[in-house]
Amino acid sequence: MNQSETLHWRSLVNAGLLAGVVVVYTGLIGMIEVFSARGIITGVISLAELLILAPPLIAGFVIARRTLKTSGVGRTVFNSIVVGLISSLLPILLIFIITFFDVRTNVNIRNMFVNASTDLVDLLTFGLGVGVGSLALMGAFAFMGILGGVMMLLPIRIRGAVMAGLAWTLSIGMLGDLVNQILRNLFGKAAGKAVFTKGALDPAPALVIFVVAALLTYLWSGQRDNVRARYNSMGSGGKTATQRIGGGLLAIFLLMLPWILGTYLSEVLSNIGLYVLMALGLNIAVGLAGLLDLGYVTNFAVGAYTMGVLTSTGPLGRLGLNFWMVLPIAVLAAMFTGFVLALPVLRMRGDYLAIATLGFGEIIRILALSDWLSPLIGGAQGVLFIPKPSIGGFVFDTPQSIYYIILFASFLMLFISLRLNNSRTGRKWMAMREDEDAAGAMGIDTTVAKLLAFTLSAASGGLAGAIFASKLGTIFPHSFSLLISINVLSIIIVGGMGSIPGVIVGAVVLIGMPELLREFSEFRLLLYGALLITMMLVRPEGLWPSAVRRRELAHDEAAAAAVGD
Amino acid sequence: MSTVVKSPPKKKRFSRDMFERLTWVDLVLGALRIFIIVAVIVGSYNTITSDKYTVSQWVSLVMAGLAQGSIYSLIALGYTLVYGILLMINFAHGEVFMSGAFTAYFVASWTNHNGMLERMPVVSILLWMAVAALVSMGVAILLERVAYRPLRGAPRLVPLITAIGASFFLQYTFRGLYGSGFKSYPEVPMLKGTVSIGQFNIPLVQIVVIASALVLMLALYWLVERSKMGKAMRAVSEDKEVSKLMGIDIDKVIVFTFAIGGLLAGAAGVINGLYRPQGVNFFMGFFPGIKAFTAAVLGGIGSVPGAMLGGLFLGIIESVGPNLVLDGLGIPAANQLKDVIAFTMLVLVLIFRPQGIMGEKLKEEKA
Repeated sequence: MNQSETLHWRSLVNAGLLAGVVVVYTGLIGMIEVFSARGIITGVISLAELLILAPPLIAGFVIARRTLKTSGVGRTVFNSIVVGLISSLLPILLIFIITFFDVRTNVNIRNMFVNASTDLVDLLTFGLGVGVGSLALMGAFAFMGILGGVMMLLPIRIRGAVMAGLAWTLSIGMLGDLVNQILRNLFGKAAGKAVFTKGALDPAPALVIFVVAALLTYLWSGQRDNVRARYNSMGSGGKTATQRIGGGLLAIFLLMLPWILGTYLSEVLSNIGLYVLMALGLNIAVGLAGLLDLGYVTNFAVGAYTMGVLTSTGPLGRLGLNFWMVLPIAVLAAMFTGFVLALPVLRMRGDYLAIATLGFGEIIRILALSDWLSPLIGGAQGVLFIPKPSIGGFVFDTPQSIYYIILFASFLMLFISLRLNNSRTGRKWMAMREDEDAAGAMGIDTTVAKLLAFTLSAASGGLAGAIFASKLGTIFPHSFSLLISINVLSIIIVGGMGSIPGVIVGAVVLIGMPELLREFSEFRLLLYGALLITMMLVRPEGLWPSAVRRRELAHDEAAAAAVGD
Repeated sequence: MSTVVKSPPKKKRFSRDMFERLTWVDLVLGALRIFIIVAVIVGSYNTITSDKYTVSQWVSLVMAGLAQGSIYSLIALGYTLVYGILLMINFAHGEVFMSGAFTAYFVASWTNHNGMLERMPVVSILLWMAVAALVSMGVAILLERVAYRPLRGAPRLVPLITAIGASFFLQYTFRGLYGSGFKSYPEVPMLKGTVSIGQFNIPLVQIVVIASALVLMLALYWLVERSKMGKAMRAVSEDKEVSKLMGIDIDKVIVFTFAIGGLLAGAAGVINGLYRPQGVNFFMGFFPGIKAFTAAVLGGIGSVPGAMLGGLFLGIIESVGPNLVLDGLGIPAANQLKDVIAFTMLVLVLIFRPQGIMGEKLKEEKA
């Protein structure tokens, strides 16, 4: 690598400038300002500061890793300082430009760049004023660069422990509201107050969390192989028992969750559950059969409108049936739509299929909005007065109770997905995904396989839609935009196409996070977009399945034995 | 590369072979085809015989369609050029269009405020176009560099998913940068008024839009057919490996293609702003993007004249269709369904004639 000094400098400058660009970008799109409201650790760091300081830290780390391969410790530290300094250049330039426009000219730069405000300057300069603040920024970035470099120099076990400690502390700080709520529900108000102020961690508990998490990780990294070996050496009966106990605990946990979390968070949980349902459904088409369906919202809409029209007690209500009678009808209606819309696209492949299904999704939405169909489904006014589900006298009208319906539906779908995954049909789909022509030549009827994939995948969407309609009580065409399809697709892709645990984790992260961190919700689609690109560039197979697969490999024998039992 | 013969071969029109290979899916699709043709004929017949619209109304609808269609054509060229070379749908091309149009709005309102627009309207508009074209070009090049280049040779769904991601990323980036409000281009006094051709009065702005789009398209056609770079582009779209052997720098050609597509999209953004000043927003690129893609497919994706014709064709259908067909079928407020016509068109073309009007039968790998 030591071909020339210039190459070396160039990579330093590139990394530094890139980190600077990231800081400037997040500033100009308003992320820094929005995030400044969210404290992580009171008086120590806010989300905005984390956002500003992370790029130089990462740049320092990356450069140190690269340098360490060829040079010594001194050089590494030097390089990481330099990268930190370089990465402060563009933000400082931004500070000066904004200040210049603010003070010297009568042109209001905010007419164009709405977020290029003096507030942003204050945030970037840590409130110290332009002159001192810029120097402070430079110093802070250099420090972050060095910190990244030092992190690289630590022995691997300690590094892992420090990182885990940081990750836990920062996540708990970020999810302050959530953790606070849980603490209050479990241990009473005082517990929440002791740890959090206005949703941010107090410094002392933060330190405790850091130390505990780091220590546990350190100890665990020593014991991990041991535990794994012990688990592997267990007899098949022991393994099955362990798995059953794990599963049982998980089930109890899921059942108790709404009571731990409270009303608002149960609402969030229900949304996550609906997306899990849809994602499991779309996973059949996209993940297993390789049919990129961008119009998945169609099925959701059909389910919701069937439920709405058939149960509504309002003027649009047809039959006034109850929730449980309509639920299967809604699923069948969605399956029928899925089947019918699959017919024309059977011959299409890959990208054309994606665009055609996108067209369907839009057609459905526009039709739902139109005056033409409004006598039937309400047009822009939507369908109102959809009753909540009820059994006997019990009405599912709280978020907690709806959660159980969704949980049950998700488990049903999960079960179906798991069975399909390993079934003959599942294998047909996977063969078709890998190579349609070859699959056809092997005697798989691709027409039937595709129709089945679309129809089954639609069922789950219809189910989610039906529950959604009854949960909300009203439905509007605007709820059925392309964004739903994109959300579901992002879940699948981030989770890992074709991987069922991945899908669930993806839904929790992509749907849960923006709901918990309200600051994120404004940038939700921005982050989804960035995530889709990064995933495709870095890990097209998805973040989670690799880990899952690794675990699967370790468990393979156990699983085989369990099936054998 | 596997060449697989798919069902029914198109050699003879009515051979026994064809009937033997006919599956029920063909029957369903055939029925769909007949249903649509009947619906179109019945609708048109009802409308025409009912004398609801006068000839001059039809002419104005067609002209509006042509103007809108020429904007679609300009965007569609970006899709077609990229598809011709990389065989990928640049789903984010609508956002390339938006980026130029949105940025040029600020230049436009600046020239409006300092009086430049009134003093030298042509220069101002050219300035807007230059800015829009440059910004769109920059975004397109960046897009290629960051999102698509590392994925060359990946399975085809991978770049498509990246493109979808890029599309949303760009939308919300510009929303963050410029805000989420709706903006309007300033009115250009020079473009007000109508021109009488024969007995018909046609708004001047439509003629300007069509003419400027035509100029740009001709320039592009010249570039592709006559210039050295155009020759290289055609060579690369024909066969990447061989053109590499001939000493063509593939990367350079691809970047150039994205740049040209972006340039045209940016210019289309300003032309769109002249035609319909309202609705400048971060989401403004999405529907024109999909419709331009429809136009590109309609004309035969990969074909430059195809994209031009496809755009104009789609514009006219979209403008005339609701009144001609849907009105005749007794559908109320048919103009709400304008977009349905465009999307149905998209789906129908993809089903029945994926090679488009102009395209030759595509090879299996391209289809």
